Amino acid sequence: MLSDYAPILVFLGICVAFAVGVPTLSALLGPRHPSPAKDLPYESGIVPRETARRRFSVSFYVTAMLFIIFDVESIFLFPWATIVRQLKVFGIVEMGIFIVTLLVGLAYVWRKGALRWD
Amino acid sequence: MIGQDYWWVLLIKAVVVVLGLTTIAAYLTYAERKVAARIQLRLGPNRVGPFGLLQPAADAVKLLFKENAAPANRDRLLYLVGPSLAGGAAVLAFAVIPMGINNWFNYQFHWDIAHFNVGLLFILGVTSLGVYSLFLGGWSANSKYSLLGGLRSSAQLISYEMAVSFALIGTIILAGSLDLEQIVGAQQQTWFIVLQPLAFVLYFSGAFAETNRAPFDLPEAETELVAGYHTEYGSMRFGLYFLGEYVNMVIVSSIATTLFLGGWLPLFPFHPFDWIPGPLWFLGKVVVLLFFMMWVRWTFPRLRYDRLMNFGWKVLLPLGLLNILITGTVVALRA
Repeated sequence: MLSDYAPILVFLGICVAFAVGVPTLSALLGPRHPSPAKDLPYESGIVPRETARRRFSVSFYVTAMLFIIFDVESIFLFPWATIVRQLKVFGIVEMGIFIVTLLVGLAYVWRKGALRWD
Repeated sequence: MIGQDYWWVLLIKAVVVVLGLTTIAAYLTYAERKVAARIQLRLGPNRVGPFGLLQPAADAVKLLFKENAAPANRDRLLYLVGPSLAGGAAVLAFAVIPMGINNWFNYQFHWDIAHFNVGLLFILGVTSLGVYSLFLGGWSANSKYSLLGGLRSSAQLISYEMAVSFALIGTIILAGSLDLEQIVGAQQQTWFIVLQPLAFVLYFSGAFAETNRAPFDLPEAETELVAGYHTEYGSMRFGLYFLGEYVNMVIVSSIATTLFLGGWLPLFPFHPFDWIPGPLWFLGKVVVLLFFMMWVRWTFPRLRYDRLMNFGWKVLLPLGLLNILITGTVVALRA
C-alpha cells in the first residue's frame, strides 16, 4: 500500500532538518577569523600548485562502467529471488543461464585486464 | 494514522531514532577508543567524567564551536551537500529496520519507523547514496588529497555494493520476501547464518568496505591521504561525515542481524531466553557485531588498493553469484 510509505516522508523531513540544521548551527556558533592561509587547501604545509581538478586514472572509469553492468543484473535478481519457490526448475534454468552469461562476461573482463590496477 | 502509527507515535519514534542514533554514534567513538586502547594495553580516554564517559559530549561541543575553515576555490553548493548527505542518508536508512513487534492493549507496536514490503531494497537504495556524499565532498573541496580519497572511496563503494547485494540475495531466496519483518519471521526455526554461512561471510567482509573501515579503510588511509575525502572539512561538517560513518556501522550490523542472526528473536526459543524483550536481543546482537568490527580494525593491517579491488571483483563477486545459484537450486528443487 502506498500509505505504508508515508512515515518515510515524515522521517525524511526530520532527517533533512537534522542534516541541514547541525552544520548551520555550528556555522552560527563557531568563530570567524578569516586569513589567506585558511583559504588554501591542505597540502602538507606546501603552498598548493595547480588545481586539483585534473585527469585521473582510467581504471576508475572502467570500474564505474563495470559497476553499471553488474548492478543492473542485481535489479533482476531481487524480484527473482522472492519467487524462486514458485518458479521451481524453470526459474533456476532461466536464472542459471543469465548468471552464467554474466560470469562469462566477468571472466572476459578479467582476462582483458580491465580489473588490473597498476 | 500515518502508515502503521498515530501521528504522535510516529513523531516520538522519529525523534528517538534521530537522537538515539546520534548518541549511539557518539558513544561508538568512545567505545572504539576504549577498545583500541585495551587492545594496545593502554587506558584510553579517562579524564572527562567517570571512566571518560563524557568524552563524546565534550567532543561534540568542541566540534560545534569550531571555526568552519574551507578552501576558497571550493564548489560552494556541493561542498555543503556532501556532509549533510552523509549524515542524513545514514540516519534515514535506519527507518525500516525492524527491532521487534509488541502487542499492547490491542495496539500492534512495531519497533521501526516504517514498514513496507520492500524494506531491504529501501535500505540498499538509501545507503548507496553515501557514494555521492563521499565523492561530492572529495571533489568539491578542490584539494588533491580530497579528490584522491573521493575517487578511491567511490570506486571501492560501488565495487563492494554489488558484492554485498549479491550476498544478501541468498537470504531473500530462503525467506521468499524483501519484507524485513517476514525475513526475521522466517528464521524462527534456524537463523540464516546456519543455512547461509558463506553469504554471511561475504556480506560482512563487504560491509567493512562499505563502511570504509580497516582493513579496507583506503578512502582515508591517513598515512597516504591525510584524511581522504574529508581532508578539507572541519567543525560539524566533519562531524556529520564522522556521524555518517558510525551510523553506517550500526546499519550494516543491523542488516546482518536482521538477515542472518534472527533479528529480535532470542538465541533459543524457550525460557528463560524469551523473557528478554526482542529489542534488547536485537541491540545485543548489533553490539556484538560492532565490537567485532572494532576488534578487526586493530588486528589487521590495511590492504593495498589493487588487492582491495581484486578481493571485491575476483573473490566476493563470483562467490556471491555461486551462492545464489546453489541456494536457488536447492530451494527450487525442494519446493
